[in-house]
Amino acid sequence: MQDKPEIELKLISDPMYLCGARELVGCIARRIGFNDMDCSKIALAVDEALANIIRHGYNKSFDRPIWIGINPIKPSADSIGGIVITIDDEAKQVDPCTMKGRELEDIKPGGLGVHIIREVMDEVRYEKRKKVGMRMIMIKRAARPEESARLSGGACNSNACCVTNVPKKTLGSRSRA
Amino acid sequence: MAKQQSEYISVDRPEQGVVVVSPSTDIDMSRSPELRTTIRQEMGSGVHKMVVDLEEVHYMDSSGLATLVEAMRNASKADTKLVICNMHEKVSAIFEIARLDSFFTIVGSRDDAVSI
Repeated sequence: MQDKPEIELKLISDPMYLCGARELVGCIARRIGFNDMDCSKIALAVDEALANIIRHGYNKSFDRPIWIGINPIKPSADSIGGIVITIDDEAKQVDPCTMKGRELEDIKPGGLGVHIIREVMDEVRYEKRKKVGMRMIMIKRAARPEESARLSGGACNSNACCVTNVPKKTLGSRSRA
Repeated sequence: MAKQQSEYISVDRPEQGVVVVSPSTDIDMSRSPELRTTIRQEMGSGVHKMVVDLEEVHYMDSSGLATLVEAMRNASKADTKLVICNMHEKVSAIFEIARLDSFFTIVGSRDDAVSI
């Protein structure tokens, strides 16, 4: 479903550049029409996704490539638009269905990233890229909670796994926390 | 022994046994290690209360949350009260998303944090 991104940012996996990625995504989200709090949450989701790649995908190697692609969802008669964010890496491929956060009842440091991403975004999907690395696709639609309900629960297979945003108390666990 | 000072984190002692740690930057993966180190250094003997003042923190990610969860655990072990204050709405949101808002003692102002 992804066209070529209208905006693309390549960065290396150095945590010092997280702030720049957040600023870019937050700024674009604001221009699309998201409110201030949603912009902040979308930027947070991207930050968490990048941090997970750096921490788990690249084992804290700070010189590996990450690509962020952004496509707005244009407003239409029955939609007020939104944003599609794609994040590609060259990390080791894993089963997309294992990309889950830990149970929130188990309060301990770490492991919250995937939970936060899924809580903030309307749809989150992980895929194996064709040759190397993983791809994460996140979708957020502006306002109208009923919009997200229209998104069907995506099919799950060994190459892709999709989760739509319904209230989640627990979300299992896996390596990219 | 002199403690290492951080460019982005100040430490005050408004009362005997009370330490206020005040970061003045976004807390993300690149900054949370400094906060973690500072909190660990300051949570020594004789400290019965540690206040983390987030007035100048306009952004925090899960690495910051993890740092505070660890601090809370260490505080409990050391019989130290950990209080967070001056939290901005956007920072508060991540505590709610992670359902940690009730795990911490969170108050409005630094004065409240020091006095409770």
